[in-house]
Amino acid sequence: MSRINKAFENKKAFIGFLTAGDPCLDKTEEYILAMEKAGADLIEIGIPFSDPIAEGVVIQEANIRSLSAGTTTEKVFRMVESVRKKTEIPLVFMTYLNPVHYYGYDTFFKRCSQAGVDGIIIPDLPYDEKDELADIAQAYGIDLISMIAPTSAQRIQMIAREGKGFLYIVSSLGVTGVRSNITTDLDSILKLVKEATDCPAAIGFGISTPQQAHTMSQIADGVIVGSAIVKIIQKYGTDAAGPLYDYVKSMKDATR
Amino acid sequence: MSKGRFGIHGGQYIPETLMNEINHLEKCYEYYRKDPEFNAELDQLLKEYAGRPSLLYYAEKMTKDLGGAKIYLKREDLNHTGSHKINNVLGQALLAKKMGKTRVIAETGAGQHGVAIATAAALLDLECEVYMGKEDTDRQALNVYRMELLGAKVHPVETGTMTLKDAVNEAMREWVSRVDDTLYVLGSVMGPHPFPTMVRDFQSVISREAREQILEKEGKLPSAVLACVGGGSNAMGMFYNFINDKDVKLIGCEAAGRGIETGKHAATIAKGQLGIFHGMKSYFCQDDSGQITPVYSISAGLDYPGIGPEHAYLHDTGRAQYVPITDDEAVDAFEYLARTEGIICAIESAHAVAQVRKIAPTMGKDEIIICCLSGRGDKDVAAIARYRGIDLHE
Repeated sequence: MSRINKAFENKKAFIGFLTAGDPCLDKTEEYILAMEKAGADLIEIGIPFSDPIAEGVVIQEANIRSLSAGTTTEKVFRMVESVRKKTEIPLVFMTYLNPVHYYGYDTFFKRCSQAGVDGIIIPDLPYDEKDELADIAQAYGIDLISMIAPTSAQRIQMIAREGKGFLYIVSSLGVTGVRSNITTDLDSILKLVKEATDCPAAIGFGISTPQQAHTMSQIADGVIVGSAIVKIIQKYGTDAAGPLYDYVKSMKDATR
Repeated sequence: MSKGRFGIHGGQYIPETLMNEINHLEKCYEYYRKDPEFNAELDQLLKEYAGRPSLLYYAEKMTKDLGGAKIYLKREDLNHTGSHKINNVLGQALLAKKMGKTRVIAETGAGQHGVAIATAAALLDLECEVYMGKEDTDRQALNVYRMELLGAKVHPVETGTMTLKDAVNEAMREWVSRVDDTLYVLGSVMGPHPFPTMVRDFQSVISREAREQILEKEGKLPSAVLACVGGGSNAMGMFYNFINDKDVKLIGCEAAGRGIETGKHAATIAKGQLGIFHGMKSYFCQDDSGQITPVYSISAGLDYPGIGPEHAYLHDTGRAQYVPITDDEAVDAFEYLARTEGIICAIESAHAVAQVRKIAPTMGKDEIIICCLSGRGDKDVAAIARYRGIDLHE
């Protein structure tokens, strides 16, 4: 069983996101381990990109902080190699297509496989374009994780049937960021997903409170939290390990 | 290979949230482009509102002065709103109406596309919001006010480099947030399919007219057609109906800013590399980590780190040639055209005029050049004065 599958085994997965290199790569490593200790089941690691079109202001700014600090794809790989020596928690990259294309698809996924990365999420690579690199990712055993949006409608089952790792259910229209209300009919979307596949489905975009985490974990197999975590890192900088531990623990407890 | 390809370029690299909408847009466009009623309405708007056909003007003084090929200027600067951008926005705004949309959003660099869409939105009763880099709202304050006069809301974009690419980012983020009632009216032959094809089709009126006009005036085709290239919409419009005329050279003029070796340029073909950004595979200015790099040009309209996928393809196949033109050369050409022909053209278009000055003298007197004057230069007068160290008080 893959590390990603284990994250969803007999429990609701809590998935935490952070941007690699914000505020620096040493701290990213420390924060990943702090989130794991607090109960996170899977970590999404953002490889920074100059123009993250699917991100709201909070994660956009984390990308800028990371790039300004000199983060490169190569340095992120080295950080992941170091993390992988210390933990078996599933690690999933989240980045945009251009940095991956530039690195070279074959080199990139080979490196993912060697470093112990389990999957990748690429918001500007929709189902219709996944032939771009799906075969290469699969050859190296890296799950290409697909997104399903509130507007996906008749596309849901087509996407779900070919799901790898887990399915990323986008809770709301728009970009990433904290929302007080999520109004999408997620029950109906999850029902269609479950008819099409056994692949686990996690909900992300806009989730920040334990109450939201609780509600979402009732209808899906996991919850994904990004902006709320990045906000804590933004606030506490190099001293965020404690506050991150407390926050992730409260969120994980809410999913139990 | 997926839809909307030009060789390896193009495609639809966009978030899942937009996929159904973009597929719907493609279907609607495919339907209406063949719909006689839609085409009649669009023709009527182009003729009665935008003032088409635009003149193909024989630049006799320039021809004599340069002493080589006969030079014609395709006067898109004389269109309503002062540039070729009106051709595309009338098409897309009319399409938005047919699709039942009530709101349009757009990016703009120099403000020409923003003014054009604000104009079309006013005429066709659409709500309009325009995203414009903060750098550009400062450089082109007059166009910001023009858009506001026309009833549009202008959002200065303060993320990233605060220029055209960031305006596109913000417009895309807005579209992802509100797709139901909104069409994103892209201003150039870029972005995800169907935009590169659709915008090219709406702009191809430029070469359809120019080809007829030159055959009528001269009885033969030109040796070369030239246009400036940022994203590349006036160039695609100027090239399109000449692509099958193999003896007609197609020359696109990119912004070399302070020089392509200085790092301060927007010369995508000269210095960019293959990449995937803003929904398309094409060439982009990027660093050795695949980050999109800041670009620079005196011209806000050419200040874009990518180029439309069909241009990338025309470059790959060698059908079109792309040359870099520096700020200095463009400003000289801007002044030259004003003095020689009494035409103040856009600083974007002056990049093409600069290349005409280079090649016309090397060509025979029996040869013909058509240069697209994509826009008029009123908006640039203050910036040119500053470039020459003259302080204007308005």
